[in-house]
Amino acid sequence: MTITLFIPCFVDALFPRAGISMVQLLEGLGHKVVCPEEISCCGQPPFNSGYWGEARPVAAKVLEQLKDAEAVVIGSGSCGAMVKKFYPELFAGKPQEELAKKIAARTWEFSDFIVSKLGVTDFGAKFPHKVTFHDGCHGLRELDIKKSPRALLAKVQGLQLVEMAEAETCCGFGGTFAAKFPMISTAMGDVKCASAAETGAEYIVSNDSSCLMHLQGLLTRQGKPLKTIHLAEVLNQR
Amino acid sequence: MSICGQSFFRMSTFASQFLKQARVMTADLRHRKIIRTALTNYEIVRDKRKGAFQSWESARQAAAETKWEAVNHLDKYLVELVSKLEARGTKVHWASTGAQASEIILQIVRDKQARSVIKSKSMTSEEVHLNAALEKAGLEVVESDLGEFIMQLRDEPPYHIVFPSMHLTRGEIKDLFQRELGDAPSDSPEELTMVARRALRKKYLTADIGFTGANFAIAETGMISITENEGNARLTSALPKTMVSLLGIEKVLPRLEDLALFLPMLATAGTGQALTCYNTMYGGPRQPGESDGPEEFHVILLDNHRTELLADAEQRDALHCIRCGACLNACPIFRNVGGHTYATTYSGPIGSVITPHLRGLQDWKHLSNASSLCGGCTEACPVKIDLHHHLLQNRRNAATEEPAFFERSLYQIFGFVANRPALWAVAKKLGRFGQPLQNLVKGTALDPAKAWTQTRDLPPMPKESFKDWWQKRKG
Repeated sequence: MTITLFIPCFVDALFPRAGISMVQLLEGLGHKVVCPEEISCCGQPPFNSGYWGEARPVAAKVLEQLKDAEAVVIGSGSCGAMVKKFYPELFAGKPQEELAKKIAARTWEFSDFIVSKLGVTDFGAKFPHKVTFHDGCHGLRELDIKKSPRALLAKVQGLQLVEMAEAETCCGFGGTFAAKFPMISTAMGDVKCASAAETGAEYIVSNDSSCLMHLQGLLTRQGKPLKTIHLAEVLNQR
Repeated sequence: MSICGQSFFRMSTFASQFLKQARVMTADLRHRKIIRTALTNYEIVRDKRKGAFQSWESARQAAAETKWEAVNHLDKYLVELVSKLEARGTKVHWASTGAQASEIILQIVRDKQARSVIKSKSMTSEEVHLNAALEKAGLEVVESDLGEFIMQLRDEPPYHIVFPSMHLTRGEIKDLFQRELGDAPSDSPEELTMVARRALRKKYLTADIGFTGANFAIAETGMISITENEGNARLTSALPKTMVSLLGIEKVLPRLEDLALFLPMLATAGTGQALTCYNTMYGGPRQPGESDGPEEFHVILLDNHRTELLADAEQRDALHCIRCGACLNACPIFRNVGGHTYATTYSGPIGSVITPHLRGLQDWKHLSNASSLCGGCTEACPVKIDLHHHLLQNRRNAATEEPAFFERSLYQIFGFVANRPALWAVAKKLGRFGQPLQNLVKGTALDPAKAWTQTRDLPPMPKESFKDWWQKRKG
């Protein structure tokens, strides 16, 4: 199948290895991967801040670029939720409403696409480390994705998954929230890092780079040994 | 000018106050630990009780549907409630505003020449600032719920809808009782409760008016239903000659049998109990031939902007709220800033959703922004209010009504760049070459990303972005 892979803006600019791993994993399964070069962002920052009028031109360009896609895979639960759940709302009563619904139905978050759509869980990956998994809230609660990333981690050789306390609690990133209310965002992140550290894990794995950017930022600043890594990079380790 | 942080969006005085208080409270590790411990214990018992439902999810769905029916047919159910209450001699009053509700109660006070009022727990009375109005009129007002009694002694509003003094330790309560009542033998919960009981028992006997809120009102039978754990609402309603109950119009439920779902649901979501200890229904004053109960019973039905929320089809389900506090307990923002930081009657997610409707969107929109939109609240809500999406809608409504010039311009520029691949590539390059410069001023007032970098590092920008790699590979 031809998979249209939408690499979100911050993955493109800051975490290219996560995006590259996604391409390699999907191609490794024998699929053709295309990445639309015309689009950079799903429009979530203005949308979540209430500036829907400013979000629409960005989202409209995404819709136009994805209009012929057979399957759209997004490398983040948060951006996935934006396209799958919020685009139809953003374009309600607008000319693109039907297109938004059509594309939403064909859009998948990366890990859920692999497990639920492709039925694959084993990439033959090796990652001999103790890890804990952080569910990004949008993937977890907007898209109801909890099992897929764990099914993938279960097949990684040498990997030991230890769930942390309050595993479903938000890490505190929240997009522009992290900048508008840095003190609350930081407090939430500290709680999350402490829960993760208590497991004795070496890595926090997530299917959302945005959460990991926040957590890694705190860990680095505080000189903590705990590291973060995207699920796709774990699956791509040989 | 800072890109992020304070100048990022236009602020009301309430918003600056919130930010200031949030800064203080998030730095208070002792406070955060007290709240986290208390709520972790709550979660353990609540989850056990949820397991006692055949299906908690089906129960939520049924409760949401019942509330939907009630809220969408208020015209019918309120009329039914009132006619049945009046048939048994209850005096029913309608109040459009909080001030009107207080005035109605003051008029009852004057008619009865009352000098003291004993109250059981009522968030609606907090909403209309009843205590202040009564005290201004020279009355003695006594809160009889233990948590509310503690907060009254501290001269502070309740910290939480259901647990008014959850942020205090036993030791702090002992010191408070010693200071205010001169009576605190130890910090054991039993002995402290006995101190409060000794102080309060006398008040029930001398109070002229017993004031209560209500958890539900049953249209079918014309009754209000009050849920409590201490028996104080029963004493409040039974001993004084006049009983006054204040409730929002959204409290009505169609049928008596609805309580079979709502009482255990409220107890489970609110406190993790199977049922609260006392669940009492009141249908009128003492009837001929009855030996006890108040001589007069007044019910005040309050609007106070609820009909405006009713008119908002998108957020009407906020009127489903049964004030269980489950969304506060689930909220990581609440857990880290605490109840008082909100400076509203209703704190936590439900407070952030409805306060802009009750008190003004532009003044209170910051509460809707102070959320990571994680959805924990929506998941916890027993009546399925779409809380975190309402926060998003409040943001949209606020930005549409009164856009902040700076923030909007920023998003316009962002959108312009994001939609033009060549500009996007330049922006990434600028970011990469700018990062060493930014590192020199990291976290200081000169740092444009100060809001982030004060507590967090930024990831180093890689030499090759994903798109660079993709284009190179394509050749």
